[in-house]
Amino acid sequence: MLRACLRGANATARSCGRTPLTNLQHCRHYTSGGTGGGAAKVVAAGLVTVGGGVGGTILYAKWDHKFRAAVENNVPYSDWLLGLALGPSFQATNKQMEMVQPPSMMEKPLKGSKAKSEKSVKEAAESPAKETTPVPSQPAQSIEEASAEATHIISAISEVSSVPAPCDTEATVVKEECKECHDHEDTPAVVQPDTESPAATEALKERPVEEVTARLAQQDLEEQDILASVSASLEDSLASSAKATLQAIGAQEAALQAITLHTLKLKEAMEAEVPPQEKSAQWKDLEAALAERTSAVHDAGTALSNANEALDSLKSVIDKSKGLKVIAVRPLVLAAEENLHNMVVDLDKVVTKVQSSESEAKIVSQYSELVNEAKQQFQREVSSLTPEIQANWKGLTGKLSADDLNSLIAHAHRRIDQLNRELAEQRVREQIHIDASLEQQKLEDQKALEKAVGTALQHVKEEARLEQERKLSELREVMEAEMRTQLRRQAAAHTDHVQDVLKVQEQELKADAEQVLSSKMLDQETCYRQMSQEQLDGFTLDMNTAYARLKGMEEAIDSHVVAEEEARKAHHLWLSVEALNFTLKTADADVPTKPLEDAAQAVRDSCHDNDFALALASALPEESLQRGVYSEDSLRARFNSLRALARRVALIDETHNSLYQYFLSYLQAAMLFEDKQEAPPAQLSSDDLDPFKLLSYASFCLEHGDLELAAKLVNQLRGEARRVVEDWLTEARLTLETRQVVSLLSAYANAVGLGTTQAP
Amino acid sequence: MADVHGRKWDRCLADTAVKTVTGLAVGLVFSVVLFKRRTWPVSLGSGLGLGMGYANCQHDFRSPYLVHGSMVKDQ
Repeated sequence: MLRACLRGANATARSCGRTPLTNLQHCRHYTSGGTGGGAAKVVAAGLVTVGGGVGGTILYAKWDHKFRAAVENNVPYSDWLLGLALGPSFQATNKQMEMVQPPSMMEKPLKGSKAKSEKSVKEAAESPAKETTPVPSQPAQSIEEASAEATHIISAISEVSSVPAPCDTEATVVKEECKECHDHEDTPAVVQPDTESPAATEALKERPVEEVTARLAQQDLEEQDILASVSASLEDSLASSAKATLQAIGAQEAALQAITLHTLKLKEAMEAEVPPQEKSAQWKDLEAALAERTSAVHDAGTALSNANEALDSLKSVIDKSKGLKVIAVRPLVLAAEENLHNMVVDLDKVVTKVQSSESEAKIVSQYSELVNEAKQQFQREVSSLTPEIQANWKGLTGKLSADDLNSLIAHAHRRIDQLNRELAEQRVREQIHIDASLEQQKLEDQKALEKAVGTALQHVKEEARLEQERKLSELREVMEAEMRTQLRRQAAAHTDHVQDVLKVQEQELKADAEQVLSSKMLDQETCYRQMSQEQLDGFTLDMNTAYARLKGMEEAIDSHVVAEEEARKAHHLWLSVEALNFTLKTADADVPTKPLEDAAQAVRDSCHDNDFALALASALPEESLQRGVYSEDSLRARFNSLRALARRVALIDETHNSLYQYFLSYLQAAMLFEDKQEAPPAQLSSDDLDPFKLLSYASFCLEHGDLELAAKLVNQLRGEARRVVEDWLTEARLTLETRQVVSLLSAYANAVGLGTTQAP
Repeated sequence: MADVHGRKWDRCLADTAVKTVTGLAVGLVFSVVLFKRRTWPVSLGSGLGLGMGYANCQHDFRSPYLVHGSMVKDQ
């Protein structure tokens, strides 16, 4: 583009130039004195051409930014010119705008030619602002929504948290309830303990446990005494009553027997027809029996009364013992009551038997009395009739006359008629008598029945009562037993509870005590440990110090030996290094030194156990070992000759230009004059990389003995010059290397030697 | 290396001289023989020779590490 423009410009210029030339030529035809004007015309033409080119370039640059950039890059000072003409380039304005935008949206006034871009930038800035403004509103809305959501969430959380609250309240309620329950339970329990405790306290105050037990024992003893006494009394009374009852029963039975005997005898006497002697005997027997009977009956009566008395006393004793309300007495009482009842029953039975026999005997005696009356009446009648016959009329069979017999028979017949009439009357009145007697008998029977019923009822009542008593006593015993068991259970439970509480307390106390003990023990132990540790530490410290000192002494001695050995070795090494150093100095001008192999070998031998020195010794370059190195002087001399050559090929670079380039290079070397020696600056800039300058720096360094810097500077040469000095550079490097190694070795040997030498 | 450079130059110049002279001679011969004693073959030949020498020289300088072989005669 540039070339095209230039060509165009040149063409225009040429055309412009030509026309002035032609014009000038035409002018020359018409006027002949314009030779000077020709030169001016040429100058003017040239100026116009140049101005046209520049203007065209500027215009095109204004239109095409890439062209402008290319021009600015390639043609120096064009950026200044174009900036002057067109204003700063687009990139600069862009950067400015970027700089301006962040601080504030209110823009600085930019140049009018860039107003459009500014406006576009403004719009771009405004649109983001608009975007941001809706964005804040959106965030606001979203914030509101978020807040609403948050409130919802918070409310939900509150709700959620409120759920445990009821639980808490419930728990608290439960707790309260439980508390109440506990309170209730506690209060009754407390009340009871309160009541019990005052009582217990009172009891405790009044009757401590031993007193209670003593009292209880006393009570037991008293009860036992009472029991014993009651049992004794009961037994006595029982025995006495039993005896009396038995006696009574025996007496009654005897009376019964006597009565029955008497009755039998009476009957026999009444009915039996026996001779008079026997009859008198019979009647005597009868009387005896009667006497016996009466006595027996009397005895029975007394015995009965005795028995009744005894029974009554027994009853009283029983009642008294009942009144004592001692439990152990009851079975005795019951047994006594039963015995009493039995005795009473037996007595009553016997008494009834006796009464029945007495009634029979009464009947029989009545009958016998009647018979006796009749007999006596008959006797009287007979005697009235037959006064002679007074005595035993039955034995008078031979004595009586016929008259007597007839009178007797007549009397008898009359008697018989009378008797028949009586009999008839009797028969008539039989029924009435029978009824009356029946009624009487009924009455008597009823009375007897009633009596019997009453007695039986009494007996039954008594039996029932006794039964009840017995059952009651049994029940009481059972209840007692149960109560005892319950009490025992309660006592057992109480003891268990007390045991548990005691256990817990024991454990707690134990734990506390153990804790205290353990803490104290720990303290003691730690103290002890500390002390022992301190002692140990002190001891170990002493031991360590002594041992260390011993070791130190031993090491000092050893190190002395070692140091001497080392000193010897160091000396040896130093000597060898000195030899090596000396060999370095054997170089003559342009002749390398002797090969350093021997010296190096000597050094190696003298330090074969020292890695550092060994490494250094082996770091010597091969060339130096085999061939030797050049001295600095020879290098310097060589450099001087080399410099001229390097100057001559200074323009040749790595592309190995043509021979023409060589010619130009030679020309340059001939033309250019630089200082023979110039002090090199501290830092090389790009200007200093000119070969001539470098060579002068290097010469200066060499003259001042700084081969290293000279080598460095020479290293900066490029192209053919570099190739030319390559040899020299290698030699210089070799020399430098060797020298460095040797210096290091000598420094090391010196250091070792210094280290091993002992200060006096 | 200086020696090499110098030697190179020597060789180069010698070679160029030889070539030029040879070209000259050949041109001369041709001019005499074929081209009726015109100058142009002489100048052509010398120019050729010079050019070849120049090219060789240039080539030699451009490839500095190329070693020139030499025949060792057994004696």
